Amino acid sequence: MIAFKLAYKNLMGAGLRTLLIVFVLSLAYVLIVYMNGLYQGWDRQARIETIAWEVADGQYWQEHYDPYDPMTLVDAHTTVPAQLEALAAEGKAAPVLITQATIYPEGRMMGVLLRGIDTRQKLLSLPTQKLDPDSEEITAMVGTRLAKSAGLQEGDDLLIRWRDVNGTFDATELKITGIFYSTVPAVDQGQVWIPLKTLQEITGMPGEATMVVMGSAPENGSTLAGWEFKGHDFLFKELEEMIQMKSVGGSIFYTIILALALLAVFDTQVLSIFRRQREIGTYIAMGMTRKQVVGIFTVEGGMHAILAVILGALYGFPLLLWTQKSGIKMPEGTDDFGMAAAEHMYPYYSLILVIGSIILVTLATTIVSYLPSRKISKMNPNDAIRGKIQ
Amino acid sequence: MKNGSIITIQNLVKSFPIGGGEFTALNGINLTFAKGEFSGIVGPSGSGKTTLLNILGSLDSPSKGETNVLGTASGQMNPKVAASLRKKHIGFIFQTYNLMSVYTVYENVEFPLLLLKKPAAERRAAVLEALEWVGLTDKIKSKPPMLSGGESQRVAIARAMVKKPDLVLADEPTANLDAENSHHILQTMEELNKELETTFVFATHDEKVIGYLRRIIRLEDGKVVSDENIKTRNS
Repeated sequence: MIAFKLAYKNLMGAGLRTLLIVFVLSLAYVLIVYMNGLYQGWDRQARIETIAWEVADGQYWQEHYDPYDPMTLVDAHTTVPAQLEALAAEGKAAPVLITQATIYPEGRMMGVLLRGIDTRQKLLSLPTQKLDPDSEEITAMVGTRLAKSAGLQEGDDLLIRWRDVNGTFDATELKITGIFYSTVPAVDQGQVWIPLKTLQEITGMPGEATMVVMGSAPENGSTLAGWEFKGHDFLFKELEEMIQMKSVGGSIFYTIILALALLAVFDTQVLSIFRRQREIGTYIAMGMTRKQVVGIFTVEGGMHAILAVILGALYGFPLLLWTQKSGIKMPEGTDDFGMAAAEHMYPYYSLILVIGSIILVTLATTIVSYLPSRKISKMNPNDAIRGKIQ
Repeated sequence: MKNGSIITIQNLVKSFPIGGGEFTALNGINLTFAKGEFSGIVGPSGSGKTTLLNILGSLDSPSKGETNVLGTASGQMNPKVAASLRKKHIGFIFQTYNLMSVYTVYENVEFPLLLLKKPAAERRAAVLEALEWVGLTDKIKSKPPMLSGGESQRVAIARAMVKKPDLVLADEPTANLDAENSHHILQTMEELNKELETTFVFATHDEKVIGYLRRIIRLEDGKVVSDENIKTRNS
């Protein structure tokens, strides 16, 4: 307790120097929380959106299906197992059939994935009610990204060519009955959605699917013959890696600020020990051990971090709260990174993040305060009392 | 330790390495100090006064020989024991006052009691009493840079005396003071010595201080050349 009292007195006595160090340290706190909160918010938002638009509570994949290798699509279809079919009938699963196709908007040729989905499904946010499986025309919907790149509008006819189960090319015209906006590029870019039944018919794959989106992950065992269940751990692995990679880039900024603040603390400690030798000697003469004096100087340096928490909270708390409420407008084309990104990003500041940042900065400050303070344990108290430079 | 004595020194030698050789600061010192003494180690610069005072204050250790300060022998004196001895039983007064400039007079005097973990009420009473002894109750809230040299040294005396130590070691306490302030300080210490029976040991070559001492130990080249008890003050 004495150490804290002394440290506080000495820091207040140092005036402007303390204020500057505390301000830079507080900046480091706020930036660490803000930057990490931004990435956590992005991750959280991307997860929520991806669950809503693409993966629900997991997916069964046909055993040959590999989303990174379109060549596998030729073989990646088989009859939906009866258990999954039953769940689909209850609205707890949504089979999706995927095949390669080519569209010809305004005479241009574009490769797409043609996806068939049950129009009654409610698991995903896709507006599948805009598709009509009973229509004479083949109704289709696309996302705004594809609509923009292909120049498509609702009501347009679109020529499409595909190969059926036997490898025979076929072509027809689709009617665009819906254009939807989604923050998840994977359901939009290069994707054309039509009714599942229609796709099964035109490809000659009745009752078959490439994947089944699940409303809830299976409880007992995840393997069905010829199908593999992919849970969130697997499906979000790539997203997490991408955010992790981006957060490393973002951390450089606050690492520089933190390093500057720590350097200032280190310099102050060195100067302080050099200038206050007489005080150090007096502490020892009054009955403190060298260890206790090292403790006082370490606490004094570490207290910069505590004062920085208070200052950082004063201006950082309202600032961070405001960014959390109003969000941060993302620049155009952010979703070109290939992951879900809404127009506004809402940072998410968890308690663990805030406490973790406080511990990190306080610990780092205490360590850089301790390093120069070790010199005290080698000082001769008699020389120190006289203020002799050692 | 001899009966009634609080410090005994036997065959004390203290040497320091200098260059390739050794410098002997104290050589064959044998002394005893009784409780309540008002004594001084007197001698020219370099005679070993401060070195002897530092050994008595457990800030330094002998190279050879034995000391026993307040029941603690030099052989038992590890840094923790030495710190505890200083904290509980020894007060220091320095030539340069060594007050903490960021603390008020009150806080400077309170500091030794904080180290002893005394309760707040007890601390307050003791600090006010100590400041009354030195006549500085009106300067409680002042900080050392606002005080004169004499006032600063009186604060240092109050700080040394506040825990009512058995022994006060004063190293050239009047060296930075004018004659009037010196006499004031010395009178204060003499009164405290009589009132509280605290043992005072000075290291000095100031004639004004010497005039107040009841025992004068003269050191020359690290050796005791005379040790006389003065019955009456000659000033």
